[in-house]
Amino acid sequence: MGARGTAIGLRIAQAIPVLFGVIVISFLLTRALPGDPAAQFAGAMATEESIEQVRTSLGLDKPLVTQFGLYLGQLARGDLGQSVSTGQPVIEELASRLPASLELTLFALILSCAVAIPLGVLAATRPGSWVDQLCRLLVTAGVSLPTFFTGIVLVYVFYYLLGIAPSPLGRLDFIYLDPPHVTGFFLIDAALAGDWETWFGALKQLILPGLTLALFTLAPIARMTRAAMLSALSADYVRTARAAGLAPRKVLYGYAFRNALLPVVTTLGMVFSFVLGANVLVEKVFAWPGIGSYAVEALVVSDYAAVQGFVLSMALLFVLLNLIIDLAYSVIDPRFGTSAK
Amino acid sequence: MTDVTVENATPARAKKGSGTLRHILWVLRENPVTGLSFAMFAGLLISALIGPSIVPYDPLATDASATLQPPSAAHWFGTDNLGRDVFSRVIVATRLDLVISVAAVALSFVFGSVLGAIAGYRGGWIDTVLSRVLDTIMAFPLFVLAMGIVAALGNSVANIIYATAIINIPFYARLVRAEVNIRRDAGFTQAAKLAGNSDTRVLALHIFPNALPPMMVQVSLNLGWAILNAAGLSFIGLGVRPPTPEWGIMVAEGANYIVSGEWWLALFPGLWLMLAVFTFNLMGDGLRDIVDPRRRS
Repeated sequence: MGARGTAIGLRIAQAIPVLFGVIVISFLLTRALPGDPAAQFAGAMATEESIEQVRTSLGLDKPLVTQFGLYLGQLARGDLGQSVSTGQPVIEELASRLPASLELTLFALILSCAVAIPLGVLAATRPGSWVDQLCRLLVTAGVSLPTFFTGIVLVYVFYYLLGIAPSPLGRLDFIYLDPPHVTGFFLIDAALAGDWETWFGALKQLILPGLTLALFTLAPIARMTRAAMLSALSADYVRTARAAGLAPRKVLYGYAFRNALLPVVTTLGMVFSFVLGANVLVEKVFAWPGIGSYAVEALVVSDYAAVQGFVLSMALLFVLLNLIIDLAYSVIDPRFGTSAK
Repeated sequence: MTDVTVENATPARAKKGSGTLRHILWVLRENPVTGLSFAMFAGLLISALIGPSIVPYDPLATDASATLQPPSAAHWFGTDNLGRDVFSRVIVATRLDLVISVAAVALSFVFGSVLGAIAGYRGGWIDTVLSRVLDTIMAFPLFVLAMGIVAALGNSVANIIYATAIINIPFYARLVRAEVNIRRDAGFTQAAKLAGNSDTRVLALHIFPNALPPMMVQVSLNLGWAILNAAGLSFIGLGVRPPTPEWGIMVAEGANYIVSGEWWLALFPGLWLMLAVFTFNLMGDGLRDIVDPRRRS
């Protein structure tokens, strides 16, 4: 118990230097703006005074180290600056749009895990069969697919040709009202309110973008599951378990699969990196009101505070997700903590 | 794991000539897909090199009398909203897309190799600092970091290349670092040092070449990813500006016409992009088979 607790504590402590590094890089990015950062942050319509005001508020007239201190202070207060285009604090806008992105990302990940993991297991248990071939095809094609292109093709086929998908414009058709805000996840909020019509409306909007992202993440998960299962199945403990006369199901799911799960969970960390990036593209294609499309809109009008706030919050989210994955490890892997230094 | 790769590759190269050639031919025969990928790569190279001079129309020439025409004998991929020939634009775009990805991968190859080699050879605090910096870069979702870099440096094609290079550097640096590190105290390294070679020379001419085979595989897989990345950036309006033909931006422009049924605007540039990425990925797998027969999937 003690060793396990220490190991978990160590892992959390390891995230701190990474967090610091992420903050340093995003600080450097905000200061690397071409020309006068104050003028850039103040926006195109700024007057002399407002530029001067931004300069003092960002501390751009002070040395870089002092500026970094100020930046840290602002972050600690949750201040990511003001968006030039909307005049709102960046942090508020990000917070209000984050649930939309998270709902989409999680939906896609659950969808792709639900397909990719069984597919990988089947492919590994029946090497050379049609399932294995299908898996190989999906894996090779999946990594070559540009997400934005898949999204557009899906819109064309399911919206324009077949007419079974709703128009790719946002989270909810305008005939529905947004469900009362509890978590910000429309599926959960609508279910909580017992409004199943809105729930189906939200689901219908979610399916195509979710499918697009899922297709993209399918490949790495399926590939890793297949490889991990193959190596687990050829391991000595599986041979021993078979020799001991355990039922094939027990060997497959109780021993091989449980061990194969570890590398798969590790891969999820990398998949998150891809999926958070791909999210931006998918949100643009489907006009999804998440933080990705917020960043794209901000990029178009050179709204730097908004873009850098987005980059930083994505990085923080990613660090957090990796931490959760590693902590999940401690639950799955019974050896966790026993070999900790 | 990577160790195994090189130990396998070295004898193959030592025999040179016929042995390697026979092995390559064997791989090609065993896996015709690899051969196909090399052929497709040649096709891409040709359209990048001479594409602009063989396409039937000027990729920038507008024609108000022939807007939004579906594919036909005159316009193989149809025409866009300004009457520009989509086929010509797709072919001409090959050069820009290849230049962006090759330049980005070359930059990250060079910088990643130098940084990784120094860190792996010297060890100590240089190694620690570099590893920390690379970890920090990897702590960002990479596409998002690329967006941030382009937004900070300014919206231009050159900055797309730099951003793509920066997010790829960790992969190369880590690979080289591992390869160099395991050979730092190898017998041949010590022999080379005793023979009076300088550290730089030993590192560059004796140790580094051992890292090349796995690096080549990485380059090929990375090229596909770099193209996707660059096209993604221009899809959201960074870097390349209209009317320059580029696959990502063409898909973005075509996306507006998808809901009204003009599918060819987005489909063909998207297909070409996919084909290019697919080619590089297949080539990477093929190269891995050539470099390391034991790691075949």
